[in-house]
Amino acid sequence: MILVTVGTQLPFDRLVHTVDHWAAAAGRTDVLAQIGAGRAPSRLRWVRSLAPDVFREQLEKASLVVAHAGVGVTLSALRAGRPVILLPRRAELGEHRSEHQVATARRLAAWPGVRVCDDVEALLSALDAPPAPPPAGVLSDAAPAPMLEAVRSFVFATEAA
Amino acid sequence: MASRSLRVLAVASGGGHWVQLLRLRPALRGAEVTWASVDRGSAGDVAPDRFVRVPDANRDRKLAVVRSALKVLWTLLRVRPDVVLTTGAAPGLLAVRLARLVGARTLFLDSVANADELSYSARLAQGHADAVWTQWPHLAQPPHVHFHGAVL
Repeated sequence: MILVTVGTQLPFDRLVHTVDHWAAAAGRTDVLAQIGAGRAPSRLRWVRSLAPDVFREQLEKASLVVAHAGVGVTLSALRAGRPVILLPRRAELGEHRSEHQVATARRLAAWPGVRVCDDVEALLSALDAPPAPPPAGVLSDAAPAPMLEAVRSFVFATEAA
Repeated sequence: MASRSLRVLAVASGGGHWVQLLRLRPALRGAEVTWASVDRGSAGDVAPDRFVRVPDANRDRKLAVVRSALKVLWTLLRVRPDVVLTTGAAPGLLAVRLARLVGARTLFLDSVANADELSYSARLAQGHADAVWTQWPHLAQPPHVHFHGAVL
């Protein structure tokens, strides 16, 4: 099963409708798309939103996740050992207020199991040849040590007498 | 002085904000942590620690902001944290703004998703939080906004 998710706040028709066309051409009927406020796809099974527990359930069933460049969905997918294809939202296409997803995606692309697509053509190729699942335990549950140390020193700073 | 453990209220809204907050958990080892977020289902992520559900809010829904603020205030008064730690967005901002009432020190860590500019919440947290940190070096503006790394 392929799980498509674009977050709850904004529509992302470019992603949803590209997967819709691809699934029709490829004869894939096992796609579930969470489309937010977007325009409904013509063939995919779709829902507007997924509660966190339902999302986790669907993630377990999925063999591939296709999403906007969201931090939450990407980390959740990696932790579940699922490969992820990301298409960042573009402000210049009216898909977000800024281009921050492009920068976020670049950072997320550092993990095995994550493929970032710059455009619809790259998304179609990624769907045809999806990334391999990330190796188990690829994602540690914790932030890198320097970040943890910085937070720890703030939290446990003894107040000046 | 050190007769009780340090109390921390760690608060974030859902999705990526919550996932990022969870990645800071080892930094809180030794503290008595109460976690707060917007989805009831998140309690399982932090068990056996205490979890409090707070309503989500955004700038366009004034009533939701009031509801969220009341629950955050109630939580602060009950927990009496020494430190409030948040990765945003609205409930974290509210916690930072209200934390002064209980004398807690506050750290607002802006989400890694804010790569172009500080989030609206982080900007509103400035002047209220003891520390506002960005996860992108180019967005640091000392002495107001600092960079100490990222959760990824």
